[in-house]
Amino acid sequence: MFQVNRAYPYIFYLSLITYLLSIFWGLFLTPEDFVQGNSYRIIYLHVPASFISQSLYLAMAIASAVYLIWKVKLSVYLVRSIAPIGAVTTFIALISGSIWGIPTWGTWWVWDARIVSTLILFIMYLGLISLHDSFNNNEKADKFLSILVLVGSVNIPIIKMSVEWWSTLHQPASITLSEKPAIDLVMLYPLFGSIIGFTGLITCLVILSSKLQIIKREKNKSWVKDYV
Amino acid sequence: MKAVRKKRLQTVLLILATSALGSFFIIRALDSNLDFFYTPSEIFLEEIPENKRIKIGGMVLENSVIREKTKISFIVSDFQGSINVEFDGIVPDLFKEGSGVVVLGYLKDKTIIAEEVLAKHDENYMPPSIDIEK
Repeated sequence: MFQVNRAYPYIFYLSLITYLLSIFWGLFLTPEDFVQGNSYRIIYLHVPASFISQSLYLAMAIASAVYLIWKVKLSVYLVRSIAPIGAVTTFIALISGSIWGIPTWGTWWVWDARIVSTLILFIMYLGLISLHDSFNNNEKADKFLSILVLVGSVNIPIIKMSVEWWSTLHQPASITLSEKPAIDLVMLYPLFGSIIGFTGLITCLVILSSKLQIIKREKNKSWVKDYV
Repeated sequence: MKAVRKKRLQTVLLILATSALGSFFIIRALDSNLDFFYTPSEIFLEEIPENKRIKIGGMVLENSVIREKTKISFIVSDFQGSINVEFDGIVPDLFKEGSGVVVLGYLKDKTIIAEEVLAKHDENYMPPSIDIEK
C-alpha cells in the first residue's frame, strides 16, 4: 500500500496531462473526417471508455479466479471495487455511442449485436454490485460474486467478436493487432494518447476505490484504526 | 500446486467452460430465430410474408437515387443481386450513393417499403485531403 501511495501522484498527473493534451489535440488540431465531418471526434471519448469497460471486466475475471483458487482476500476486494467503475465507463461508452449514432446512422439505438452485448455488460456490472451488497455474510458474498464474474466473462469475447460474427450496424474495429489501422495517423496519435491517459486516470480511480474497500472490510483490524 | 488449489482451479475452468458452452447454444438458437437480416441476393430465394418486418443491408447503387418531395427511392445492391427500396422520410446525413445502408421495412411486390433507413459507417477514418489524393 505504501508503494502504491508513492506511485499514485506520478500516475495521476502524468495521465491527466496525457489525457487533456490528447483531447485538446483530437478536438482542435486534427482535420475533419472525409464523410463524418466533425462528429467523428467523439471517438476520443467513446473508444477509451469502451476499451476500459471491457478491460476492467477482464481484470475482474482474473481477480475472481485468483480469489477462488488461492483465496486471496485482496483480489476479491479488487473485484468489488472495480465493478462500479466498470459500470460508469460502460455507461459512458453507451451514451457516447448513441450521441454519435444520431448524425451518423440516423438513429440513437438499434438492437445490434455490439450494442446489445455492451448493454448486457452494463447490466452485469450493476447486477454484480447489487448481488454482493445483498448478502449479510461477506464470505458468501465474495464467493458468489467471483463465480458470477467468471460466468459473465464469456460476454467479453462476444463483445469483441460481435462485429465479425454478425452483420451489425456498428463498424468493425479500426485498430487491430494484425493489420494496418484503418484510421489515418493524424487522427490515430491523439486517439492513442486519449486511451493511455484515460487508462491511467481509471487506474487511479481503481486504486482509490480499492483502498476504500480494504478499509471498509478490515475496519475491525487494529492497523485500520491506526491508519484512520 | 496443492491438491486443494488444483481442485479449485478445475472448478474455475469448469465454470468458464460451462458458461461458454451455454452461451454458445443460446447464440446458436438466437441466430436461427432472429436472423431477419437479408442481403439483396438472398431476398428472393426465400418466401417472405408481407407482414414480416425484415432488415436488408448493402450498398446504395450509383445513380439509383430518385427524390420526389419527401419520398426517396433507390436500389440496394450487394453486387450479386439488387432490390428497389421506397422510403418516405428523412435519410441520415451519411446516406449517399455508393455507401453502405441498412433498411428496415416490409417486402411488397419485389420492393421494400422502408420504415427506417440507416446509414452504415465503415471502419475508415481519414481527412478529406487524403481522400482526394487517392
